[in-house]
Amino acid sequence: MERRKPTVTIIDYGMGNILSVTRAFEHCGATVYLARTAREVAEAHHLVIPGVGAFGDGMAALGQLGLVPSIVSHHKKQLPLLGICLGMQMMLESSDEFGVHQGLGLIAGTVNAIPKVSPQTGPHKVPHLGWVPLKQNGRGWSGTALENTNPGESVYFMHSFMATPESTGTSCLALADYNGIAIGAAVQAGETIGCQFHPEKSGPVGLAILSMFLKRGQAA
Amino acid sequence: MSMRLISRLDIKGPNLIKGIGLEGLRVIGDPQTFAKKYYDSGIDELVFMDIVASLYGRNNIFPIIRRAAQDVFIPITVGGGIRSLDDVREALQSGADKIAINTAAVRRPDLIKEVSRKYGSQCMVLSIEAKRKGPGGWEAYIDNGREHTGLDVVEWAKRGADLGAGEILLTSVDQEGSRNGFDLELITAVAKQVSIPVIASGGMGTAAHLVEAVRSGADAVAMADILHYGRMNVPEIRQYARAEGAPVGER
Repeated sequence: MERRKPTVTIIDYGMGNILSVTRAFEHCGATVYLARTAREVAEAHHLVIPGVGAFGDGMAALGQLGLVPSIVSHHKKQLPLLGICLGMQMMLESSDEFGVHQGLGLIAGTVNAIPKVSPQTGPHKVPHLGWVPLKQNGRGWSGTALENTNPGESVYFMHSFMATPESTGTSCLALADYNGIAIGAAVQAGETIGCQFHPEKSGPVGLAILSMFLKRGQAA
Repeated sequence: MSMRLISRLDIKGPNLIKGIGLEGLRVIGDPQTFAKKYYDSGIDELVFMDIVASLYGRNNIFPIIRRAAQDVFIPITVGGGIRSLDDVREALQSGADKIAINTAAVRRPDLIKEVSRKYGSQCMVLSIEAKRKGPGGWEAYIDNGREHTGLDVVEWAKRGADLGAGEILLTSVDQEGSRNGFDLELITAVAKQVSIPVIASGGMGTAAHLVEAVRSGADAVAMADILHYGRMNVPEIRQYARAEGAPVGER
């Protein structure tokens, strides 16, 4: 019997690397739709919030397009929802990037600047750019988009702001270390998952995460 | 923190090319073939530089980036002829993650601020072409080392970082294409003075040169003809660097 081709809807609010995310999901065998209206978001089953840019600008763009209620509703219905980088940060409660901004509040946590001084190595480079191994945070990854990811596999980070593991608490699914600073690498609540790293730019390890996300919410 | 291995692909028209001192050019082949090969062999990032765009004021590189984004799922930086926020948007929409700006930033430094404010510092790479002008001094050049600016490289790097650049692509015009190794003093002079990552570019002839660059303060190393001509491949370079104790990550 032929399996139905998975579909995924990517929110196009003018702040994303839409083409890269689209190509990565297509590589994983999905048909990709772009959503620019509340109705298109409401029709999605697998929904993705990508994002490159400032937190305040991102929330303003989602607000202007009237997409916030549909995203919140998608989350509450426990439909698969993935946030990438800024998309992940906006899932949290607030950020202090260029002033304090409210987030979508889907997952507990706050976004703060990466400290410019490491407790281990002293002053260090920010933005934090590079491949970093993922670590578990007190719970396993089975039943999540990281199910096929092995702890220690590296993914690509490219950011100046971060979710602190303390503020995200038990929602923090994966950690990454930057010279002794613990970065909230992935957060999860229900079927909503956010990745600070870029799975669409993390080679085969990242593509495996996107493939696993596509399998969420499918009947076994 | 692991340092990054970056393949630098200089583009002229439809071709991957390699220059010597940014002057004499040789056609290497189809950029897509090489980009895919480096991705498959575990390179950490790719940098595409349109080396004639700033002379002619056109961007021919975006179709090449769009094609790369079909098959290459690692970070891509695009440089050469990026002049405005519109150019940045088009680059990002074509599959780029970061953009490298040299000439337009020298002409109007506030462009650095505008790009980093809109797309984040991590997206804004300041590309500096440095030519040695005496002991411990370098001058920034534009238009691929053809035109001098009067700017001191270290001062310009500091100013760029203050304006919001998130990374510096530091190319030694003197070493570029020489295979004699990086300008290590240049790397140290810049890396000590800025708190953003520095990519060393120009002169890598052997894997030992990479280790020297990292010890001199480089956060990433851009490689061109050592890979293009197959003198070494990415796993060999990674293995050598790791054996020498350079912090290259596992991929």
